[in-house]
Amino acid sequence: MTEAYIFDHVRTPRGRGKKDGALHEVPAVRLGARVLEALRDRNGIDTAKVDDVIFGCVDPVGEAGAVIPKASAFEAGYDFAAPGMQISRFCASGLDAVNLAAAKVAQGADDLVIAGGVESMSRVGMGMSGGAWFMDPSVGIPAYFMPQGVSADLIATKYGFSRDDCDAYAVESQKRACRAWQEGRFAKSVVPVKDANGLTILDRDEHMRPGTDMQSLGSLNASFAMPGEMGGYNAVAIQAHPEIEAVDHVHHAGNSSGIVDGAGAVLVGSKAAGDMLGTRPRARIRSFANIGSDPALMLTGPVDVTEKLLKRSGMALGDIDLFELNEAFAAVVLRYRQAFDIDPDVLNVNGGAIAMGHPLGATGAMILGTVLDELERQDKTTALVTLCIGAGMGTATIIERV
Amino acid sequence: MTEFKNFTLQTDSDGIAVLTWDMPDRSMNVFTEEVMDEIEKAFDGLVADAAVKGVVFTSGKEGSFTGGADLNMLRRMNEAYESERKSDEEGAMRALFDRAGRMTWLWRKIETCGKPVVAAINGTCMGGGFELALACHGRVASPKAKLALPEVKVGIFPGAGGTQRVARMTDIQSALQMLLKGSTLSADKAKGMGLVDEVVAGDLVEAAKAMIANGLSPEKPWDRKGFKLPSGPVYSPQGAQVWPAVSSLYRKETYDNYPGARAIIKCVYEGLLVPMDTALRIEQRYFTEVIRTTEAAMMIRSLFVSMQALNKGARRPKDVAPTDLKTIGVIGAGFMGAGVAFVTAQAGLDVVLVDRDEETAARGKAHSEKLVKGLVEKKRLSEDKAEALLGRITATADYEALRKADLIIEAVFEDRDVKAEVSKKVAAVLGEHAIYASNTSTIPISTLAENAPDESRFIGIHFFSPVDKMMLTEVILGEKTGDKALAVALDYVRAIKKTPIVVNDTRGFFANRCVLRYMNESYDMLIEGVPPAMIENAAKAAGMPVGPLALNDEVAVDLSEKIMKATMRDMGEDAVDPRHFELVTSMTASGRLGRKAGKGFYDYPDKPAKKRLWPDLKARYDQKPASEVDFEELKHRFLATMALEAARTMEEGVVVDPREADIGSILGFGYAPYTGGAISYIDGMGTPAFVELCERLAAKYGERFEPTPLLREMAASNDTFYARFGGAKRAA
Repeated sequence: MTEAYIFDHVRTPRGRGKKDGALHEVPAVRLGARVLEALRDRNGIDTAKVDDVIFGCVDPVGEAGAVIPKASAFEAGYDFAAPGMQISRFCASGLDAVNLAAAKVAQGADDLVIAGGVESMSRVGMGMSGGAWFMDPSVGIPAYFMPQGVSADLIATKYGFSRDDCDAYAVESQKRACRAWQEGRFAKSVVPVKDANGLTILDRDEHMRPGTDMQSLGSLNASFAMPGEMGGYNAVAIQAHPEIEAVDHVHHAGNSSGIVDGAGAVLVGSKAAGDMLGTRPRARIRSFANIGSDPALMLTGPVDVTEKLLKRSGMALGDIDLFELNEAFAAVVLRYRQAFDIDPDVLNVNGGAIAMGHPLGATGAMILGTVLDELERQDKTTALVTLCIGAGMGTATIIERV
Repeated sequence: MTEFKNFTLQTDSDGIAVLTWDMPDRSMNVFTEEVMDEIEKAFDGLVADAAVKGVVFTSGKEGSFTGGADLNMLRRMNEAYESERKSDEEGAMRALFDRAGRMTWLWRKIETCGKPVVAAINGTCMGGGFELALACHGRVASPKAKLALPEVKVGIFPGAGGTQRVARMTDIQSALQMLLKGSTLSADKAKGMGLVDEVVAGDLVEAAKAMIANGLSPEKPWDRKGFKLPSGPVYSPQGAQVWPAVSSLYRKETYDNYPGARAIIKCVYEGLLVPMDTALRIEQRYFTEVIRTTEAAMMIRSLFVSMQALNKGARRPKDVAPTDLKTIGVIGAGFMGAGVAFVTAQAGLDVVLVDRDEETAARGKAHSEKLVKGLVEKKRLSEDKAEALLGRITATADYEALRKADLIIEAVFEDRDVKAEVSKKVAAVLGEHAIYASNTSTIPISTLAENAPDESRFIGIHFFSPVDKMMLTEVILGEKTGDKALAVALDYVRAIKKTPIVVNDTRGFFANRCVLRYMNESYDMLIEGVPPAMIENAAKAAGMPVGPLALNDEVAVDLSEKIMKATMRDMGEDAVDPRHFELVTSMTASGRLGRKAGKGFYDYPDKPAKKRLWPDLKARYDQKPASEVDFEELKHRFLATMALEAARTMEEGVVVDPREADIGSILGFGYAPYTGGAISYIDGMGTPAFVELCERLAAKYGERFEPTPLLREMAASNDTFYARFGGAKRAA
């Protein structure tokens, strides 16, 4: 088996995923191309030598359809020899792209792979690709389908997290993200999106609200109380977890991940690829795992997959220096912290999707990069990256600096 | 014309044929194999006849088009399948599939026959008849017509194109709601939904002919290119607003216990993605699947066949001439008596409502005034009829007014002495042929009969509260109750449109015995430390309409205490589990008497806040973690403990007909309707499986789950209650 290494990673800034967002004018393929260009230019890659470009994209329809990584490769001026493949495992797609790239390298099939993801949520709406999971009763009934927000509220109810607990976490996420930006902790990874004239369209995460405090969050209405009741989803939640009498709706726009546009990419390769590039690897991808989890709780997969991954890797929780868990909803992080009794200081050190947003297919690659940068900043060795996933799944990856 | 047995056919000079359905041997048209053969033959002829330009399909029965399919057809289809599969599994399934689709493809043939066909719906139009009408190219309906696809109520679904055509003719939410509820539509409502083209007060057939003469297209919109669904495509932003919640709302309503309802949403979803012929084939596949389910078999038997039989007086002594009831006396104008007075007046009978003074009696009548006002406000009753209804109730303190009553119903306070006092007064005024009935829920009829003027003319009629909503009555036979009393009681129950079950006299009769088991099981679960929400949710997931703790609050916790005390007094201290008694008395001691007190097992905050389980319940008993509770087993415990009690009532001869136990359990206390009732629950899984379940539960939870000797005997020979107690023969 060949080791799979990470040589570099970049991401675009995350634009607010609405019509007034800065990246709304930028086609999804341009975001994808931007990170491909950046990796190529920073590392002097001969793109004819790129064995694959794997992008996660959760709604690969319309302008994001038809294998957007290959389209992005054209747009970025890559050699025609570079192929492309789009994958989806919902919110973990970006991390699964990296894992898949690592697997191809480890197996010896590929030497150099670019893995990441792209999502323009302002231009291709969430859910636009449809799907049997939530449309077809033959699936929705056995899968206990409900909107993720109701699942997040169910997690909070089941594991005892109050609205204040969730809001306090959101305030902390904003603080950490703000500090990270102020101290330039993202500087080496964020590549501004520019127009053809070289004018900057966006160079920082647009979704952040640095001044957020408990009081400002307190004024927000719970987002999922109405759909929970009117859509029958609370009933589904209770049927799946019958020890619960009523779902406590605690999540709202301020303690849930933001809807944003963005792309991220990771340069993965073998030792030989590093030699070819004349670059030292920054980390190795030590191990990764996937799992299916309780579909009604939906977002507790990170707990299950972390247990599975540590066991398979012969590692203990104490071997992990830093944890990076996608902040889909505050309760997801609080449950993860509770399950493993993790020190808040080593989990999502620089904030997360509650502050900066969650461009679905891209996030996995972005947060892998974020935690690698942080390992380097703190001069620590090992990190575990994980995301919760729609329909009840989890993906996790352990990286180790070399 | 003598060409058909069930139809007449006449073609006028304009070339419009009128096919009139009028079955000679039935009061209402129903679909049988023969009827379908004749429809097919008629249409084959009409299509071939070049002189025929269009067809009007109507009924010759005054006020009714059709009651739908003869559900015995389904039973025969399943029987044929069961016998054929022994030699050829796949062939038998294929044959069943073809039979299940017979109506589907016949209606489709009419829809695509190339000539315009209009249904003239002159009245009640149910099930397959409505589906036929929907397959026609036009529909005209009388203002009095009632239209429904009620199949879901008996565990199946509209399987002759109903799911597909309704969903293509009206908006998706209305379509699903109508199909899932099986609700009855007025002609106007159906027109509003686009399911009927015209509501015509005059000559329906002429109106139908006019539609054809005006150039009605013989091609359905969905058979034309460019057809657009009323709510847009399934996979569209509009569709995405609707479909995710379809599954969750289905689950909310059914706990996923009803295959018929589940098939409806699957048929509509899958069917709207494909052209009509393919959609109909999909519906046919689901229909074939659903009619083979235990739920369908049990629900059809209980909720359709048995219910009809009981409502028609299956247990009525045949040799007693029908009674002509005019005036009913009701003694006791409290909540029960007032309710009895209301339903009696509602049925068009005169009521003499008696209580100790005029004022109390008037208060009883005021209950009817309140209910009537509600109905008028909801436009369910006209002002005239409301006035007439109230006019039929005479509230008085004078027992003399009871002399003209054909039946006197005593509904006073549940106390032996009070009832004896009333009996004495009744003796003085009870007509020579009149019947005297007591509405008792706990005191055995035979002991009350001792004070009655004539024991042979004394009977129990046990109403359930609230009387205007609860459809069941238990008619209780005392030791000396005569046939005449039973006949009059059943005639009365029929007149007030309730369903009777006839039970022999014992403590608790039938329904309350089973209900007590339900509540006792919840006490045991509480004591075991099962989280209270899990107890309530398990009961509802098992198919019960109300959790046992909520039910206990509704009937009042102090009533539970009273019943326990009475049981201990009459049957000894051991008859009540001391832990149950302690639980209930500690609740009542702290004023937690139930809903009426604003606190019981639940707290009842002011509206709009919802009731919440009393948090201290969890503190009373060491709580088990939810992960250690076997939720499925909780469900089984509830259904089994009630079924076992129902089985005991049959073994003891309290109930003699399994149909009555089934219907009594569904109407009396909402026993999971998908099972077909408490006895069908046992028969449905088979007595061996039920005995095994009981033994498993007995080993874990004690002898209350011990199967009775009769059940063991039946399990040994794989016998069923319906076979053993004759219900199967009678139900057929």
